[in-house]
Amino acid sequence: MSITEQTNPHILTDDAQGMSYLNRLPRRIVVLYLPLAIFVFVLIFPFYWMAITAVKPNSQLTDYNNFSPFWVVKPTLDHIKYLLFETSYPGWLWNTLVVAVCATALSLVASVLAAYAIERVRFSGSRPVGLLIFLAYLVPPSILFIPLAVIVFKFGIYDTKLALIFTYPTFLIPFCTWLLMGYFRSIPFELEESALVDGASRWQILVKVILPLAVPGLISAGIFAFTLSWNEFIYALTFIQSSENKTVPVGVLTELVRGDVFEWGSLMAGALFGSLPVVILYSFFVDYYVSSMTGAVKE
Amino acid sequence: MTMTTTAKQPLAFGNIARSNTAVGLFFMLPAAVFLLCFLTYPLGLGVWLGFTDTTIGREGIFIGLENYEALARDSVFWMAVYNTIFYTLIASILKFGLGLWLALILNEHLPFKSFFRAIILLPWVVPTVLSALAFWWIYDAQFSIISWSLMKLGWIHSPINFLGDPNNARASVIAANVWRGIPFVAISLLAGLQTIPQSLHEAASLDGATGWQRFRFITLPMLTPIIAVVMTFSVLFTFTDFQLIYVLTKGGPVNATHLMATLSFQRGIPGGQLGEGAAIAVAMIPFLLASILFSFFGLQRRKWQQGGQD
Repeated sequence: MSITEQTNPHILTDDAQGMSYLNRLPRRIVVLYLPLAIFVFVLIFPFYWMAITAVKPNSQLTDYNNFSPFWVVKPTLDHIKYLLFETSYPGWLWNTLVVAVCATALSLVASVLAAYAIERVRFSGSRPVGLLIFLAYLVPPSILFIPLAVIVFKFGIYDTKLALIFTYPTFLIPFCTWLLMGYFRSIPFELEESALVDGASRWQILVKVILPLAVPGLISAGIFAFTLSWNEFIYALTFIQSSENKTVPVGVLTELVRGDVFEWGSLMAGALFGSLPVVILYSFFVDYYVSSMTGAVKE
Repeated sequence: MTMTTTAKQPLAFGNIARSNTAVGLFFMLPAAVFLLCFLTYPLGLGVWLGFTDTTIGREGIFIGLENYEALARDSVFWMAVYNTIFYTLIASILKFGLGLWLALILNEHLPFKSFFRAIILLPWVVPTVLSALAFWWIYDAQFSIISWSLMKLGWIHSPINFLGDPNNARASVIAANVWRGIPFVAISLLAGLQTIPQSLHEAASLDGATGWQRFRFITLPMLTPIIAVVMTFSVLFTFTDFQLIYVLTKGGPVNATHLMATLSFQRGIPGGQLGEGAAIAVAMIPFLLASILFSFFGLQRRKWQQGGQD
């Protein structure tokens, strides 16, 4: 108490939220801009390091004394050429794309139906089902991959893209359903009621009334699901054996990393190119990402 | 609020509500088939496998608790349990502290705020395995850029053995995990911060509250519910982490950085002991349940408290 009273006039002028920050630039630099700069530097540096390594000629890669490690003198495309033309990398990119698109599409269809049923059809028992869906989201892949490997093997889809397309929805459906439930909840009931009065069926209401209004939610759920399946690793590592069916994360790690000599240039080029598609997608849809991430948490 | 209004809704629809169960179940069918086949069934199968001696290529028989008895005597397993708890605890505390700090910074008036927000989320968007590869290169024993920079500054004389020494390796993987986890915590908490009315802060500063007091008595209590959810997710994902360890150390040096997930993979898939691997995975479940229940009841009490304050 005594402290606040002592400094009272000081605070009244300085800590009001509105405009006071304008006249205390040095303090803002120390308290805000400097930590922010350090945060941004640390969070971005690995990507910079990845990119610069990908274009460094081998001679500069480990010679820190004659060449500054932070810059590249004569950038080379050798690593990228090697990656694209002498390894199975393009095939892995294609596999990842196919798996991510199929798994996302499957999950979206199943999730839209499920979320609509839980949130709007409100059949008996829809509340517990909604809760179960949320709990399903909390089941981590790392306790499921061993029994799933057994199941995938029994189904005869071991070492095929189908194994991944069918197993990724286990973590995509709960997430998308949960997210879409939130979106559907925000659509007014009156629209649906008037459609019902006009004689529309449940299916027609869903397709013609709800879905057009839920497009932002669908985009959020879709790109998020795509990113999650693009980034998935443990299932792809466990269920895929042959080189031609591998996804990018698994392929880069298991085929480009060879025991004796690390070819950091092509390894980093592989990491860079595997990241670019999601980063590009992300850069177009930043707000949708943020809303889907925070939306899932807020509910 | 929303719960009560939506729960009453079927009554408004009258007769149509009666056929709802059939329609609802039909709509639930695709999701239910996927989740039952590939989530519920494997969960049960995993528990069953933990009680058998199944190996790759051979159906196992029921052996009771033998797997768990063997694990209880296995020092590597206990090391993995200890590592997992240590890893989760330290990484979660760091992620929370740094993430909250970053969220508070981003909640201020800054130029190019949305640009910074977009950049900061990048580590979370990029596939973990690929950013972990970058960390592997950054942690290289000979050519680590961190070692080089510190040597240039004259702070150390020989390269740091980031991944070769047990304690260094633990610190290194925790650092990489924190690096990847900060954006999620920061952006989620930022969303929570933006819902706190500015008028509360203004009123408090008129009453003479210091910056710390406003944080402690306004921001923190208002943020608690979202902190609980974010940290539950964060703890769950850290506890079951696999990718970072698998890329950076593969559990080494000498099993010093094995987490339960990586040990389960190593015993189960390359080792072929599916039964034992499943038992290790099942051993994670009590910890997960405990953390879910902890945050669930934490949340409940908080809601009641807030209701009381209103």
